[in-house]
Amino acid sequence: MNYTFHWYQAFRALPEMLWGALITIEVAVLSMVIGIAFGVLLALGRNSKNKLLYGLSTAWVEGARNTPALFQIYMAYFGLGSFGLFVDSFPALLIGISFNNAGYLAETFRGGLRAVPQTQMNAARSLGMSAPMAFRLIVLPQLFRTVFHPLMNQMVWAILMTSLGVIVGVNTDLSGVTQELNVRTFRTFEYFAMAAVIYYLITKLITISARIAASRLFRY
Amino acid sequence: MMDGSDFGLQELLLMLQGAGVTLMITFWAVLGGTLMGLIFGVVRSVAPWWINWPLGGILDVFRSVPLLIQLVLVNSFKSIIGLNASAFVVSCVVLAFYTSSYCSEIVRAGVQAVPQTTRRAARSLGLTYWQDLREIVFPIALRVSLPSWMGLTLGVMKDSALVWWIGVIELLRTSQVIITRIQEPLLVLSVCGLIYFVLSYPISRLGARLEARWRDLD
Repeated sequence: MNYTFHWYQAFRALPEMLWGALITIEVAVLSMVIGIAFGVLLALGRNSKNKLLYGLSTAWVEGARNTPALFQIYMAYFGLGSFGLFVDSFPALLIGISFNNAGYLAETFRGGLRAVPQTQMNAARSLGMSAPMAFRLIVLPQLFRTVFHPLMNQMVWAILMTSLGVIVGVNTDLSGVTQELNVRTFRTFEYFAMAAVIYYLITKLITISARIAASRLFRY
Repeated sequence: MMDGSDFGLQELLLMLQGAGVTLMITFWAVLGGTLMGLIFGVVRSVAPWWINWPLGGILDVFRSVPLLIQLVLVNSFKSIIGLNASAFVVSCVVLAFYTSSYCSEIVRAGVQAVPQTTRRAARSLGLTYWQDLREIVFPIALRVSLPSWMGLTLGVMKDSALVWWIGVIELLRTSQVIITRIQEPLLVLSVCGLIYFVLSYPISRLGARLEARWRDLD
């Protein structure tokens, strides 16, 4: 083994990498927000009696769940160009992950909706609540409880998926910054080891805060 | 039209070849990962906390660091220590550990799904510890775990698309090469996606059906 590790050099790049980590978190959060919005729509579409809505949302969900996330990012990056939509690598990453998130979350939401029995809605209505009120006070809290953990899991997935951006040329997120440093210095192991630690800390931060939030929110 | 600028039989065959590589990587990763996952999972279900916690902590790393970073790290580490392994082998090893991490959780959940009372009943009927594990715990745990394990296998197949970054020519990389040659990204990617879909969809449906049927039996 005739390789000398240069950790000091890698540590000097830490601020740069932490800025990248911030971008990573931003992309992940943004993709989750978009994913949740479309996921709810897709869940409703999958329960709809309208053939067209059902077909479209099923195609989306099955497409997102049965092809690699990287393929979905490629589709946004290379594929959309055929429709005259030329997307840059960063939006392509965001589109790809959001598409993926929406597909997985749709099934989560559908399961959540099923978990609240119709009888509870009936009971709430017969106690004199209006439909929106019953939905807000009876269905929503229970729905939130069942989807909370899958939602947090998906958030971790979103963080991990952002690393794929570097493959289509994103150079601002944590992986992108790391790759730029790597290309400049060829200290592959040192930089990627630091990136791994930062990713680990981010995902741990999410899972631990999710656990604390869950113990506060779902005490009863 | 086979003049080399259109999508023809030759391109399709190349992509199927790439799909073969994808399947090979998936096979080795899932085989190795399941064996390791079984061991880790059973150990984590029965071992005292001072074995359980460190092992769980180490396995958790594979789930908390992006696979792409893991691949790059192991690949560069291999060069540092001068190990002469191909990118294919590195990919299989990394994916196997990645798989084992998820598989151990599936196995653990399966073992925990067997009620303590059932196991005590088995022991009171005179079964030995190993008989209890083999005849009681294993069949019940298998029923709980199989759908998740199938999901994991499909997940690994999809995640194996990342290995081209360290130089393995699999399905997605083959597609990309063809795209640069014939400049028909949408067509080539659609074929690529279709191949993934055809490999993944039937098994995912089967898993969902097994899960639903076994849930009804409970």
